[in-house]
Amino acid sequence: MSCEDVLLEVSGLEVVFDGFRAIDGVDLAIRGGELRFLIGPNGAGKTTLIDVITGLTRPTSGSVRFAGDELVGLREHRIVRLGVGRTFQTPAVFEHLTVLENLDLAASFRRPFLSLLRQPRGTDPRVADALETVGLTARATDSAGILSHGQKQWLEIGMLLVQDPRLLLLDEPVAGMSKDERAVTGELLQRITESRTVVVVEHDMDFLRRFARTVTVMHEGRVLKEGSVSEVQEDPAVREVYLGKRRDRATAEGVPAQC
Amino acid sequence: MRAALPAVRARLTGTPWTGRALFALAALALLVGAPLLFSDFRLSLLAKYLCFAIVAVGISLCWGYGGMLTLGQGVFFGLGGYAMGLYLKLEAAGPGHVPDFMSWSGVEKLPLIWQPFRSPWFAVPAAVLLPMAVAACLGALVFRQRVRGAYFAILSQALAAAFVILLVGQQGLTGGTNGLTNIKQLFNFDLNDPGNQRALYVVVAVVLGAVYLVARQLVRSRYGRLLIAVRDGEDRVRFLGYNPATVKLVAFTVSAGMAGLAGALFVPVVGIISPAQLGVIPSLEFLIAVAVGGRASLAGAVLGALVVNYAKTGLSEQFASGWLFLEGALFVAIITFAPRGLTGGARWLREALQRARSAGAAPELDPAT
Repeated sequence: MSCEDVLLEVSGLEVVFDGFRAIDGVDLAIRGGELRFLIGPNGAGKTTLIDVITGLTRPTSGSVRFAGDELVGLREHRIVRLGVGRTFQTPAVFEHLTVLENLDLAASFRRPFLSLLRQPRGTDPRVADALETVGLTARATDSAGILSHGQKQWLEIGMLLVQDPRLLLLDEPVAGMSKDERAVTGELLQRITESRTVVVVEHDMDFLRRFARTVTVMHEGRVLKEGSVSEVQEDPAVREVYLGKRRDRATAEGVPAQC
Repeated sequence: MRAALPAVRARLTGTPWTGRALFALAALALLVGAPLLFSDFRLSLLAKYLCFAIVAVGISLCWGYGGMLTLGQGVFFGLGGYAMGLYLKLEAAGPGHVPDFMSWSGVEKLPLIWQPFRSPWFAVPAAVLLPMAVAACLGALVFRQRVRGAYFAILSQALAAAFVILLVGQQGLTGGTNGLTNIKQLFNFDLNDPGNQRALYVVVAVVLGAVYLVARQLVRSRYGRLLIAVRDGEDRVRFLGYNPATVKLVAFTVSAGMAGLAGALFVPVVGIISPAQLGVIPSLEFLIAVAVGGRASLAGAVLGALVVNYAKTGLSEQFASGWLFLEGALFVAIITFAPRGLTGGARWLREALQRARSAGAAPELDPAT
């Protein structure tokens, strides 16, 4: 598949919760190999969009096509098996299992069920590689519950890596991290995205400026703007929703240092 | 990097020798020590406790590892017990005759659904497979619909209540409230013979050992980790590409099979199976024993079943009515103050001793504690 082909295509998507339109007609196309940032104020529908793609939320209408398969209506684990992986805003690793066991479980998801009943022998090389990539080799036999917040997030990224998804959806991967942890996570994500298609939901503007190529801005359940970081930052409509100012005043001022 | 892996591998696959030694020691105590030391009466009581321990291993798997609070394990125990009991009654009645409990209710001809239970080749496997089939059907319905937590617990308890109502209501078929009583022989062996009872004890102990090893293999496999993962984050497991409903279904079904097996052994040991042994309260008692022992430990569950039932026998002889209150209080206390039960207490003690020893060796290192 060439990089220009559309891997994920969202069209005419609507999600209504009790009359509230969380997503109000979103069309989005992500090409293979792309690193796409998804930003927008709180309640813009970013996480809901991820939830719909991964099967957690059923849309009211619309379709999500991934590499030729319709994802709407499939159950979560089926979607994962097609090659769509995600992380959550709060790291969700299995705290009573060790780091290694977490990774091993993630790596075994395509095994036939009966083979899971055998005791594991040795370490999968993919697991060893992932341990190294996320820098947790020294913590392999510690239970995941005692890791720091940042390390848990890295473990989660490692769990995605061993699953080798074609599309990675990261929901605020640097939220709640220290400055140093953010830098490490950034490096990690950059390395991961070299060979994969990634969609990142992120609020952190420094992070965005450093790593983003294409940005999609969402607002009130719609796509407001799509373009490069500078295009988006200079867009009056985007500045208005972020700053809550009227359009004419916002354009008169300089580019905001922090959205 | 690679240098770290052998240690990791040992942790993943190695069996700690202490575990094997403890298993061997327990086997020795149960298979040699107890038959030598105990009277016929005590040994047959112990056989009964071991039957409950088999149920406990299943509950530990289901609840301790899988997080499914099953309040209806008595149903599966009962299905196994009634399947076995029915066969034994039919065997005693002889071909062409109906068992005593049926003729008391005026049933002269063996109902068609009980016909297959004349054959031990049907009845004995059915004692295990029937509970598993019921659990699998129930599990397939509820786990797919994401019924869990308290809702699952209530559902399983309702099942236990319904099962008892069914048994009591169908007196001609099931012996009603009295159940199947006066069971005296098993495969032509006289169950009143002390020698046969002792042999039966050994069978129960060996089955418990086998059940324990099966459960241990399950919890040490990848499946066992997956089960813990489902317990701690069912939704997260979905996003790893596993179907949690399948994972839970397997544990629930296996635990039902274990309960059924225990029921089938219980009947020849005790000589009776009745609704009083498998309703809501006995189901809760199974669970309390596991909580006391430590639900996330198979050995703890076995220990809990032995300790609680031993205490029950001793204490209910002296104040019969007080026992249920005591047991209820025990359950609340364990859940509140020691959720890991006796095994958790043992671990805490061991760690405290280690701390004390290292503190004694180098007290100045850790003044904060």
